[in-house]
Amino acid sequence: MGRKILFITTDQQRFDTIGVNGGLYSRTPNIDQLARTGINYTRAQPSSVVCMPSRASMLTGQFPSTHGAWMNGVPLAVNAPSVAAELHDHGYKTSLIGKAHFEPFLDVFGRYTENALANLGIPTIEQPWFDGRMGVHRGFDHLEFATHGIAGNLHYAKWMQQNHFDAIGGFYQVLDADLNVNAAGGGDTGAPQVQINPVARDLYHTDWVADRTIAWLDTLATDDDFFCWMSFPDPHHPWDPPASELHRVNWREVDLPEGYIADAAQREAVIDQKARHWREWYDGRVVSNYEAPAKFVPANLTPDQIREVNAMNAIEVELIDEAIGRVLAAVAARGWTDDIDIIFTTDHGEFQGDFGLLFKGPYHVDSLMRLPLIWKPAPSAGIAPAVVREPVSLVSLAATFLAISGHNAPYWVEGQALPVSSADAEDRGFEATITEWDSVLFGVAVHVRSVVTTEYLYTEYLSGAMHDGTEGELYVLNDDPLQHSNRFSDPAFAAVRRELSARLRAHAERPNERATPGVLVAPV
Amino acid sequence: MATVRYERRIAAPADIVWDVYHRPETIHLWFPGVTSCSMDGNIRTLNLANGISMPEEIMTIDPVLRRFQYRVTSPLYRFHLGTIDTIALSDDECMLIYSTTSDPDVLALVIGGGTYHAMNEIARQAEARVAEGEK
Repeated sequence: MGRKILFITTDQQRFDTIGVNGGLYSRTPNIDQLARTGINYTRAQPSSVVCMPSRASMLTGQFPSTHGAWMNGVPLAVNAPSVAAELHDHGYKTSLIGKAHFEPFLDVFGRYTENALANLGIPTIEQPWFDGRMGVHRGFDHLEFATHGIAGNLHYAKWMQQNHFDAIGGFYQVLDADLNVNAAGGGDTGAPQVQINPVARDLYHTDWVADRTIAWLDTLATDDDFFCWMSFPDPHHPWDPPASELHRVNWREVDLPEGYIADAAQREAVIDQKARHWREWYDGRVVSNYEAPAKFVPANLTPDQIREVNAMNAIEVELIDEAIGRVLAAVAARGWTDDIDIIFTTDHGEFQGDFGLLFKGPYHVDSLMRLPLIWKPAPSAGIAPAVVREPVSLVSLAATFLAISGHNAPYWVEGQALPVSSADAEDRGFEATITEWDSVLFGVAVHVRSVVTTEYLYTEYLSGAMHDGTEGELYVLNDDPLQHSNRFSDPAFAAVRRELSARLRAHAERPNERATPGVLVAPV
Repeated sequence: MATVRYERRIAAPADIVWDVYHRPETIHLWFPGVTSCSMDGNIRTLNLANGISMPEEIMTIDPVLRRFQYRVTSPLYRFHLGTIDTIALSDDECMLIYSTTSDPDVLALVIGGGTYHAMNEIARQAEARVAEGEK
């Protein structure tokens, strides 16, 4: 019997939204306890700041430029490498419960497995590529899907439609009549993607994900090795948690985030230091990516709307923490606590009012790039608790899962297993992480590459519809933790720029086998 | 209104390619996600893998132009027109062009993604028939 793995992800959650990382509004005792008794990474970065490329990196251990799912709407190839398949081959029982998003959501034909499985049933061998070895899909033996609200033809949505139809109307309508991300406001302040949702708490997707996870764990034998990916759709917008829980955080008592600059002129001056698409989006002149509402103009966002969004976000995080607590109790009841590794993270961050912005896009700053990442090793492994401040990447997750299982990472894994201490990080060269962005939406092409070290966050904008290949950003993280002062053109930092640019070139030219970039077949 | 267009060369005579896609009742054999369909006059109803039904109207079946046109009549679409054209480049090679025009714009991208894979499946089937000796 080996070590079991519970991999917990959320969606679009900032580093500073949990208590142990300085979060002020969510009570997160379960996540905090994992951090205090495990390894808390304080500089964890995604490979991309949107869902599909980032999640594909978790599964493959590869950067988007390797696995080929280079933007939302580009499916990860069905024959792409999968750490779940590796673990399946090593005898692990494997499951993914909640949000997957390796394949596009906007799929009216249901031609992607994620969108067809709930209709086809669980499990299925209907897919033509099923070979009897790979599990139902991508190496997972068991899949039950949910996403934000009741959108899509996924298991949670179907369960709600079939059993609780009268509760469906309380959820926010994620897309508008043009099928763009909805900008309509709600709540007390008219904040975009906010809605007071009368759904009962036990019907909300956060609790559903935990319930279904516990149900799957209950099917396992005590000595089974397993890899369970429990993937909560929250706190990604829409922000429509159960109304019964709104008492937890009163938005009127929420302070504006440190990254919000109250004076509009000062705020816009900071934005103007950055690459041009920041201001273009802020003023509502350009929509470079699908993930933010097309009709949302950040310049019109009010302080109270930011407060209400952040209160809703905090409530959703708190519900996730309680759901995690229930699953951990179920794990303990099975007697697995000593032999289970638990890893908690998210796929990317959220502006939450920093710079007067919401949502996400090609904006490589800590709001979107600095993530919570906690690894609580199985006590039987004898790994001491630690705080690791060196930069690490979610690309390291696949190798970490395999290391936990006692197996070497195969050749296709780009990341090395996460360090267990700062000394380990130093010994194994955890000096920098890379984040990529590529998007082309109705002719607007944006290509961004960033490198983060312990000292700097450096970004280059490649040639595209909005950049000529000469623009960039450089932030000194210790002196400028909010990234308000762009040093890209400061002669005093020319040598730093050269060194960081060389790191980006080395990443671009790394000599590995890469998948053919996928074809954009949907906006998300 | 937005248009998404995909095209590719196919190593097969244009008539074989036309033969793959011109019968409306056979769409489930080459369009991904369509599990079956039914016809009632020029109205085609697709049954999709996600359990949804999608109504369409067949607009054009022109063997001279090798043009097939249809429109989705679901209320989700304010306008839709799908056009598949095959143009002979030589006796044994042709160009397949699959266009989607749609309002809302986003649906052109969504439908277009399906047509990209459908185009490749049409090409695969046509080239397989050539490989089996059909002329």
